[in-house]
Amino acid sequence: MTLPAGFSRRDLFMKIGIFLNGIVAVILGVPIVRYLLSPVAHERKGSYDSWVPLGSLEQFPSGQTRLAMYRDPIVSPTDGETADIACWVRNVDGQTFQVFAINCAHLGCPVRWFPQSNLFLCPCHGGAYYQDGSRASGPPERGLFEYHYKIENGKLLIRAGEMPTPGQASNIVREIRPCV
Amino acid sequence: MRLIASIGKWLDARLQLGATIRDTAEHSVPRETASWFYVFGSAAFVVFMLQIVTGIMLALIYVPSAGEAWNSLQTLNHSVVLGWFIRGLHGWGSDFMVAIVLIHMVQVFLFGAYKYPRELTWIVGVFLLLVTLGMAFTGQVLRFDQDAYWGLGIGASIASRVPLMGPSIVNLMLGGPIIAGATLSRFFALHVFVIPGLLIAFVAVHLLMVIKLGINEWPMPGRVVRKATYIKEYHELTKKDGIPFVPGAVWKDLFFSAFILLSVAACAVYFGPFGPSGPPNPTIIQTAPRPDFFFLWLYAVLSLLPPSMETPALLIGPVIVILGLLLLPFLFGEGEKSWRRRPVAVLTILLVAVALGTFTRLAGNAPWSPVMDAWSGIPIPAEFLHNRSALERQGALVFQVKQCHNCHSLDNQGGKRGPALDAVAVRLTQDQLIRQVIQGGGNMPAYGKNLSPAETTALVAFLETLHPAGQSPARDASRAIALEPDSATPSSGHP
Repeated sequence: MTLPAGFSRRDLFMKIGIFLNGIVAVILGVPIVRYLLSPVAHERKGSYDSWVPLGSLEQFPSGQTRLAMYRDPIVSPTDGETADIACWVRNVDGQTFQVFAINCAHLGCPVRWFPQSNLFLCPCHGGAYYQDGSRASGPPERGLFEYHYKIENGKLLIRAGEMPTPGQASNIVREIRPCV
Repeated sequence: MRLIASIGKWLDARLQLGATIRDTAEHSVPRETASWFYVFGSAAFVVFMLQIVTGIMLALIYVPSAGEAWNSLQTLNHSVVLGWFIRGLHGWGSDFMVAIVLIHMVQVFLFGAYKYPRELTWIVGVFLLLVTLGMAFTGQVLRFDQDAYWGLGIGASIASRVPLMGPSIVNLMLGGPIIAGATLSRFFALHVFVIPGLLIAFVAVHLLMVIKLGINEWPMPGRVVRKATYIKEYHELTKKDGIPFVPGAVWKDLFFSAFILLSVAACAVYFGPFGPSGPPNPTIIQTAPRPDFFFLWLYAVLSLLPPSMETPALLIGPVIVILGLLLLPFLFGEGEKSWRRRPVAVLTILLVAVALGTFTRLAGNAPWSPVMDAWSGIPIPAEFLHNRSALERQGALVFQVKQCHNCHSLDNQGGKRGPALDAVAVRLTQDQLIRQVIQGGGNMPAYGKNLSPAETTALVAFLETLHPAGQSPARDASRAIALEPDSATPSSGHP
């Protein structure tokens, strides 16, 4: 058999060798990439949120806004205290509730409730919100993030598990802008 | 002595590196480059070496686990012999490294060193700046305290604004749905493996090019860079008026590096290590997170940008800046090098320096942040209460209780989020005060639902007393006519 000029047996084997390594790279690369992307994989996505209890209703007196705490539904052994998340529970009239994320809708700093002036204030960049979570002033472009809630057996539960951020508010109650 | 020489000979016979090292060390550099302006690159390199050594020292004790990291820092600070010093060296070394890299960059820019044929050296230098800043940010995260925790939240909030990809980027960055164990672990991997690996690789390429292409000659006005002739001119210059790098130029590098290392050590001893501040417990919300020094300007920008401009500025701004830096040597690859003939370059540096300096200084006292405890912690100065009626004093009480003081200062005490109110009565009439309090506006929330009519009356009565002694409060002239027509008409007995 004659080979084309300049194409030897060794060239062929080198090319086969490169091809083999390419296949190996794919075989190894796919699981590596899948491992890296696991936080956004389809089976994980959407399963971050679940119903978590905030405590019995007596802890949240009517007409008041109180700090509540829950343990994140997805916990790993190394999380320590970081899996304890705070939120603000507003008991509007004894029947309806509003549960606000602790994170400012601007850049996520922890907002504080001032019952005297009925405002949430953010210590970072000075965002302010009214008691119903709507934006009052400052850099936030929207009101506070609000969790879905339900009441079961005298307990308040919220649907939570993912840190709310300005771009990721899909699992959160859609904002109702107040009439101004 | 002879033993050392023979060991050296034995090694060189096998390594074959001696000649290369000698040639590199003694290569000819233009005489004027043996200057104190040319010491910043080597100083940045030496501080990087310090960071590697102290970083490895810290890794002997530090535990990269969200549950343990903060405690291990306390152990380093208080229990391990000189642990505080190593932490201080590493923390201050980080600040010094960023500062020296920036100064080096300014010097290179003003001396036109990015021009032909050193374009790629500049581009790799831009990447070195980015990875250095990456080290500074990830290092701040490893100091896993309250500032680190909420700083990550801010980073995630910024990343989430990327169109479409935002939420996925957040999950990838945090390693899950929230800031937790996986987050710290991946920032540890970035800070200890990924970014240092890149940094070492970039430094190697950067240095290789400096040696291969030769150090930038001292720029002389009128000595213009042309691609056709530059390399020949440079070689003539080094041949005609060159000195060997070692020892001709290197002694200044050695002196400066020693001075910088001593300064880092002095700061570590005198000021001590950075933090950690409170434990990274997200339920402790009595906190006002602040970034480290070199990100303070960003903190100011994020507070001062109008809300509608923020997302575009955050997402497009860095792209423009980095692209500009990368394209610089291609757009201005030839021409004058001397800063004496490049006024735009000098003005650009001045503008950037003044802007960053101003933002950093503003962020030092953060006037945009409400003083969260002013209402309970800072009393109204006594002179604002002397000789006031009961109603006005009641208004002062409302001022405190309703947290007005958190955003408004009196006698320079209290928040600076809103305007100072020392002379508000000169600016606003009674009606305007009432409207502002009830409806808010500008950057002020509306207090209509949170104040009873009596409280509003008292508060406005107090605000009306806030004017300098010699200046009368603002009043609505037409109102005076409407309410008291008699007093408004000119008296008939006028001379």
